[in-house]
Amino acid sequence: MKNLRNVFGGKGGGVNQYGMIIALVAIVIIFEFWTGGLTLTPQNVINVFTQYSYILILAIGMVMVIVAGHIDLSVGSVAAFVGISVAQSMAVWHLPWPLAIVLGLVIGALVGAWQGFWVAYVRVPAFIVTLAGQLIFRGGNQLIGNSTSLPVPGAYQFIGNGYLPDFGPNTGYSNPTLIIGLIVIVVLIIREIRARRKRVRMGAVLQPVWVSVVRVGVLIVVTLFATYEFASSSAGTSIPDVAIILGVLVLIYGFVTRSTVFGRHIYAVGGNSNAAVLSGVNSKRVNFLVMMNMSVLAAVAGMVYLGYSGASGPQDGTGWELDAIAAVFVGGAAIAGGVGTIVGSIIGGLVLAFLANGLALVGIDTNQVVIIRGLVLLVAVAFDVYSKSQGKPSITGFLTRNFRKKSGDDEGAPSGSDSVSEQPKSIEDQPQVLLP
Amino acid sequence: MPTILEMRSITKEFPGVIALSDVSMSVKAGEIHAICGENGAGKSTLMKVLSGVYPFGTYSGDVVFHDQVMRFSNIRQSEAAGIAIIHQELALIPELSITENIFLGNEQGRFGVIDWVEAQKEAQDLLARVGLTDDPDTKIKSIGVGKQQLVEIAKALAKSVKLLILDEPTAALNEAESQHLLELIVGLKGKGVTSIMISHKLNEIEQIADTITILRDGKTIETLDVRGGDVDEDRIIRGMVGRSLESRFPDRTPKIGDVFFEVKNWTVQHPLDSSRLVCKDENFTVRKGEIVGFAGLMGAGRTELAMSLFGHSYGTFVSGKVYKDGKEIRVNNVGQAIEHGIGYVSEDRKALGLNLLDTIKRATVSAGLKKISRAGVVSEIEEYEVSERYLKTLRTKATSVDEGVNNLSGGNQQKVVLSKWMFTDPDLLILDEPTRGIDVGAKYEIYGIINQLAAQGKGIVLISSELPELLGMSDRIYTIFEGSITNELTAQEANPESLMVSMTSKRTRA
Repeated sequence: MKNLRNVFGGKGGGVNQYGMIIALVAIVIIFEFWTGGLTLTPQNVINVFTQYSYILILAIGMVMVIVAGHIDLSVGSVAAFVGISVAQSMAVWHLPWPLAIVLGLVIGALVGAWQGFWVAYVRVPAFIVTLAGQLIFRGGNQLIGNSTSLPVPGAYQFIGNGYLPDFGPNTGYSNPTLIIGLIVIVVLIIREIRARRKRVRMGAVLQPVWVSVVRVGVLIVVTLFATYEFASSSAGTSIPDVAIILGVLVLIYGFVTRSTVFGRHIYAVGGNSNAAVLSGVNSKRVNFLVMMNMSVLAAVAGMVYLGYSGASGPQDGTGWELDAIAAVFVGGAAIAGGVGTIVGSIIGGLVLAFLANGLALVGIDTNQVVIIRGLVLLVAVAFDVYSKSQGKPSITGFLTRNFRKKSGDDEGAPSGSDSVSEQPKSIEDQPQVLLP
Repeated sequence: MPTILEMRSITKEFPGVIALSDVSMSVKAGEIHAICGENGAGKSTLMKVLSGVYPFGTYSGDVVFHDQVMRFSNIRQSEAAGIAIIHQELALIPELSITENIFLGNEQGRFGVIDWVEAQKEAQDLLARVGLTDDPDTKIKSIGVGKQQLVEIAKALAKSVKLLILDEPTAALNEAESQHLLELIVGLKGKGVTSIMISHKLNEIEQIADTITILRDGKTIETLDVRGGDVDEDRIIRGMVGRSLESRFPDRTPKIGDVFFEVKNWTVQHPLDSSRLVCKDENFTVRKGEIVGFAGLMGAGRTELAMSLFGHSYGTFVSGKVYKDGKEIRVNNVGQAIEHGIGYVSEDRKALGLNLLDTIKRATVSAGLKKISRAGVVSEIEEYEVSERYLKTLRTKATSVDEGVNNLSGGNQQKVVLSKWMFTDPDLLILDEPTRGIDVGAKYEIYGIINQLAAQGKGIVLISSELPELLGMSDRIYTIFEGSITNELTAQEANPESLMVSMTSKRTRA
């Protein structure tokens, strides 16, 4: 059983995604039957990705914000603000679309720097800063766009609803999709082999070979299935451009959070800010960059959505922040910070996306869909809280609690009982302000 | 005088530790009864048993109050019986007024509606009884700590208290405020309120106590009658520390080099109260390969000194210079301190030392990520090798370096913290209560690690509340009292009495 857990036991942040993957598969299967096979038609899977990709992009940034112990309520407004700016730059100033995208990213970075400044250096809680940002940038969107809708040129729209162009012989499937599928499979195998080699070099306990085989096997099946789905849809479609963008972002940010010093610092600040500062982490810089990065990703999401919808409107992005936050928490992040992974959040986002999509397909009223999604979020986080009160780190900890062992804690309480000295609650809450 | 309180054979155990073992004491009605003992002797635990913080059933023995055995299951019940405890950290709410605080949880009124006129009037009476003239509408945050302490007492009086327990009541007060408080306690005694006072300040105890009970290592040592005989500070100190130094420390032959680290005129303000200095013009030196002990009672400013040196992590820096190898160095933030080869193992392992969500390997490299990363990318192989190496050399008990630090015992967690700082390869390692909450066996191992580090030529600053530990480990000991270094003793000169004298007053005795 322990090995079974190892099949998908991710290591980042101390959470594994085992439980969430099961939940995702279960939801997809349930709806596949309930909708009479509509859920897994190629066209529907493509729809789910194009329709919800912006939420998944936001979830990538949001999980970093939440791991660092903050929250960002402004992402929807920032996305809309960037969207209208980009649309305006193309429609009014006739900026070519690549330049318009660069402009969008720059605006996102500036907005992020603004919010990061207040959060990191003035130490205004992120909740307040981004609540203000939600109002400010929503207002900015409507001011620039005159509260009306502004269409974007067709050439730009590929970013939201384009597909990889087909080429080569007519196989009946999309050739680029097949190639990407093949590459992914090869990479998966190589990665597993390298990971095993690394563990051998480290002299660490090696998992049985069958665990590796099963893990890679399952991932290959999933990849083959996805490849088939994306490649066999109606003529002219293939793997959507947004899925490529999303994939690249997941790879980059997965690497950053897992393997870089900066990534470690995010978890350190979120897990125990005082201990992080006393280990030499510049927590202000970490907080600043995390908030800034979130707004850049919000800009990306806004621009993707702009391409998808073909026009920038005054209500774009309303409520996105809640979808993104929900995805992160369903994906196993902890409310108190310090715990959460990129992949977990993407899976959490997909759970919510397939849930909404499936419920819509079976014809459930949209208002009821909203209620159900709310309940799913509540239950997921309730599990998190409950399992924490049981001394387990997350929802996955709850699902796998029987498989863990806990060594005794012989810590005696009394020695600390005389010890309440007059230390400030947080090292950083001191009046002295260290602006670098 | 009749006995108001008797505690009979109280034993209180925590997992792995016996905090109180067969402790008995009796308090006569209308007296001021002081409890003395070193840090960790069990004073606060005993008071928590008495006030119901540790409910009936979690300890053995009897609490007899007014000739009845009490079975408190929470503080409310002990308060109802007339026992009030005033903690070291005040439990007042800064944003509420004096009146609101006095009657918090004890609101005056009917059917849940508060009668503010009545409350106001009573508050005024109570304030008069404790000698406060402030407007009862004043918010708590706008009066000083001294007055807040008096409000706490007024709050206790509002509950018609018979037995008042004060835990280090003057720890945060200045001289005048302390005097006023002591006089008030004496005044209350005249009005029939019995007091139990825990204090480290022996002069105060000598001044107002009628009886003293001395605790040591969770046991009652003796009860002294101050009024009846000649009890002085030295007599109390002997009771507090009088224990033999067993061979609880590994052998070591010190190889001490030249002075390489020097602190001059170090002065730091309290972070929230700029009128209070937590470090007053402190000077000290550390030699290579030397273990330098810092002795002081709780709140004397040891941790404050260490943390302010370690990248200004505590308080507001006022003045002072740090020299290393003869050159002045800047330690304005933790990053700089680490770069200059200073490490700090904090007193509070869980709050300041570790991210409890980390695995052992992540925690081990968390202060030295630079050393195992290139272009910002952490080498997981080196991370593994480094943490595995420390796991083996420090003999940390864990299944693997992938185990969460949360699952480790206190001693093993401390070893992880030590490896984290050893990996930064510091020249000066400050250890703040390195063996707190750790069982005897693990302590011995940690002492061994400290000795090894010293043998490698590192300078060690050892802050400890346990005098035997300081005496057993240090080559030289500084004593701190109220933010000032009061004495410097070599290992040969130092003994528990001489240290305790300089830890409790500014006077020194050779």
